[in-house]
Amino acid sequence: MSTTVEASHHSGTGENYLTAGYGLKSWLMTTDHKRIAILYLLSISLFFVIGGLFAVLIRIELLTPAGDLVSADSYNKLFTLHGLVMIFFFLVPSIPAVFGNFLIPIMIGARDLAFPKVNLASWYVFTIGGLFTFAVVLAGGVDTGWTFYTPYSSTYSKTAVGLTAIGVFITGFSSILTGLNFVVTIHKMRAPGLTWFRLPLFIWAHYATSLIMLLGTPVVAISILLVFLERVFGIGIFDPALGGDPVLFQHLFWFYSHPAVYIMILPSMGVMSELIACFCRKRIFGYSFVAFSSLAIAVLGFLVWGHHMFTSSQSIYAGMVFSILTMMVAIPSAVKVFNWAATMYGGSISYETPMMYAFGFLGLFTIGGLTGLFLGALGLDVHVHDTYFVVAHFHYIMVGGAIMGYLGALHFWWPKMFGRLYPEAWAKLSSIVIFIGFNLTFFPQFLVGYLGMPRRYHVYPDEFQIFHVLSTAGASILAIGYAFPVVYLIWSLVRGEKAGPNPWNAKGLEWTVPSPPTTFNFDETPVVTEEAYDYSRPVEGKVV
Amino acid sequence: MSEHSIPARIYYLVFATLLLLTLITVEVAFYDLGILTFGVALGIACFKAALVILYFMHVRYSSGLTGIFVAAGFVFLAIMLTFFLLDASSRDWQYQPDSSGFSMVRPS
Amino acid sequence: MSNFHDGVVAHQFDDAEQQKETVNLGMWSFLITEVMMFGALFAAYGFYRFKYPQAWIEGSNYLDYLLGAFNTAVLICSSLTMAMAVHAAQHAKRKQIIVFLILTIILGGVFIGVKVVEYADKFEHHLVPGHNFSVDSPFANQVELFYSFYFIMTGLHALHMLIGFGIIATLVVMAYRNRFSEAYYAPVEMTGLYWHFVDIVWIFLFPFLYLIGRG
Repeated sequence: MSTTVEASHHSGTGENYLTAGYGLKSWLMTTDHKRIAILYLLSISLFFVIGGLFAVLIRIELLTPAGDLVSADSYNKLFTLHGLVMIFFFLVPSIPAVFGNFLIPIMIGARDLAFPKVNLASWYVFTIGGLFTFAVVLAGGVDTGWTFYTPYSSTYSKTAVGLTAIGVFITGFSSILTGLNFVVTIHKMRAPGLTWFRLPLFIWAHYATSLIMLLGTPVVAISILLVFLERVFGIGIFDPALGGDPVLFQHLFWFYSHPAVYIMILPSMGVMSELIACFCRKRIFGYSFVAFSSLAIAVLGFLVWGHHMFTSSQSIYAGMVFSILTMMVAIPSAVKVFNWAATMYGGSISYETPMMYAFGFLGLFTIGGLTGLFLGALGLDVHVHDTYFVVAHFHYIMVGGAIMGYLGALHFWWPKMFGRLYPEAWAKLSSIVIFIGFNLTFFPQFLVGYLGMPRRYHVYPDEFQIFHVLSTAGASILAIGYAFPVVYLIWSLVRGEKAGPNPWNAKGLEWTVPSPPTTFNFDETPVVTEEAYDYSRPVEGKVV
Repeated sequence: MSEHSIPARIYYLVFATLLLLTLITVEVAFYDLGILTFGVALGIACFKAALVILYFMHVRYSSGLTGIFVAAGFVFLAIMLTFFLLDASSRDWQYQPDSSGFSMVRPS
Repeated sequence: MSNFHDGVVAHQFDDAEQQKETVNLGMWSFLITEVMMFGALFAAYGFYRFKYPQAWIEGSNYLDYLLGAFNTAVLICSSLTMAMAVHAAQHAKRKQIIVFLILTIILGGVFIGVKVVEYADKFEHHLVPGHNFSVDSPFANQVELFYSFYFIMTGLHALHMLIGFGIIATLVVMAYRNRFSEAYYAPVEMTGLYWHFVDIVWIFLFPFLYLIGRG
């Protein structure tokens, strides 16, 4: 996109958002969307490590068929906390709260989000919710599974369910505030000339994500609150003794928590569109189809939640409807994958690190998505429900999809955020290590799940051991793969080569401003005159 | 947004209508309309809510975007309720074999 | 929604017009989340009402529909006064703003007062689920379920009203200090939207809780 801002004018001449203030207060009281993004980056990285530690313990326990590391009760707490932390405190905020926060205003040519104070508030709300979760760990953990199924959670569990419920309830509001800010910002703050169909697909994906956050999160908040009320005050909404229906809780919970899967994957898809366009030097094939497929996924995502409940006492007729609708979600997802593949066709592809993650995403998301169709089929699901097949499926989507996208985004925009380049060879190596480690961890789980290994058990028959050994071996490789970026990215902050405003020769308003950007992003509001990803025209000021 | 302010008498008119409708909804509750009872109560409530949204909340005088946002909330609510009732209503249906194949019965 | 600035255009906006539209859209987005939050309760209510129609009728008949109707009227009145406060703000009539806002609080107070009487009555008649509940009925358990909904829904509604009192009181102080002008009255207008939303919730709660099976 061409703009009236001349990047070279600023670079090297001093102040940017990182140097605009140094004290702790300048960070904790900031309303700058970029600084808030960094705050989120630090917080969710912490939670990723914590959630990862729980995963490590789980994998070590599963190395042998006997329960020799932890007791059954501790194991229940381990997988519950792993799920809770990873979903509510890492995956849901990950790309939106870090990269969405950082990039949306810059990509649309605005000085900040619509409500900067609300944005800061969302981080504080997130932090308070996180503190509750720390308190849960100190209070001895919680063992309901991240799904809080009643009546176990509301009546029988002896663990800190109440505290956990408050933590998740509060964290939900940070998600709502972020979504609200994005929706309003994208509607009202676009630069002159930046029409809806000139927006980067990253923005479309975040718009769809934000709609889910607005429409879904209040529902999970209220249903978790109901569990809390039932536990603490005995007001029984789901209590079978009163004729309450535990399956109703599952309805309420999955009304949010299925679309929440799309909160995790849609931003990642938005990242993919940016990466693939940039490293194939081509406009995304079928731009408007990819844009609308994001909205279609968001809307259809609200119509399919019952496929989590095929083996509950949900009506099988409702199950049939949900099963058919589930198949329909495959359509917009496939539209995206085919369009990305078509974009690559005839493109001049280069294999920089972010693109490596994009390749990883494409393969892993496709496997995750297709196995999702197995699970969405009413009859087959009865066989594989609550087995490791499900575990493998959603890890292919959430780790293989969402985290690949997250890492791709991190490597793509790292030079923009901090103005430094990381060592490309190390980064490429770690992307390959992560890909191999990931597949070795989770592919055996499809097999062992199909053979009948149920999830959430810490002991299992001897004949399943080989799969678990492979899986644990893969997890070790994966852990090493994740450790690499931590080291070289921090190293790059000090020793990395200066990035310059546009290290990838990419199109998009964010590449027209200096790296790191200044506090208000643009000296004057840019005027947009071309389509997104117009790689047929040379990047301004550069010889491509 | 109301660049042009709405004349006060419209507020009073809406107010009077709302009170009247409250009276009506109480009154009709005492007639047994069978299956329609709930529909009538719901219909009146929706009409009252629409009056408040359109006039007190100025949506009638706002941009179409506001209208779309308001509608979106209620549409997704309707989706939720539809599936809840789909489940509640069909949960104890069963297929029973008979001479002509299978037929669907609802146990009493 | 606290992005209220004292008559100036915040740095992220180009002009007052953009700021105004943005704040308005932000408030409506917030109200959508409220719709979904109360909506989830209404949907759960609908699910059980479908399952246990008889218990719902019985539970409803223990409620005093006259008090409910009175409160509905009171809340509609408060919505009118709130609308008139916004109307006054549009014309920068400071005195009227203050009078109408205070009237709104008073009417809201009457509503809460009646609610307190009703709640006390439930305690007296053993209609508090999980704590003190006994009714003589073959559907006693499901009636308890109805009262769980009664308390959670009206409780959440009352909580919203209490929050509203705080916000309106702040507006009164702001108006007293002459903070509003014809160009800047967004806080009054946004609070108005919030208050009307609370009114709408009650418009649905009243027939759903008080008026079942009276015929």
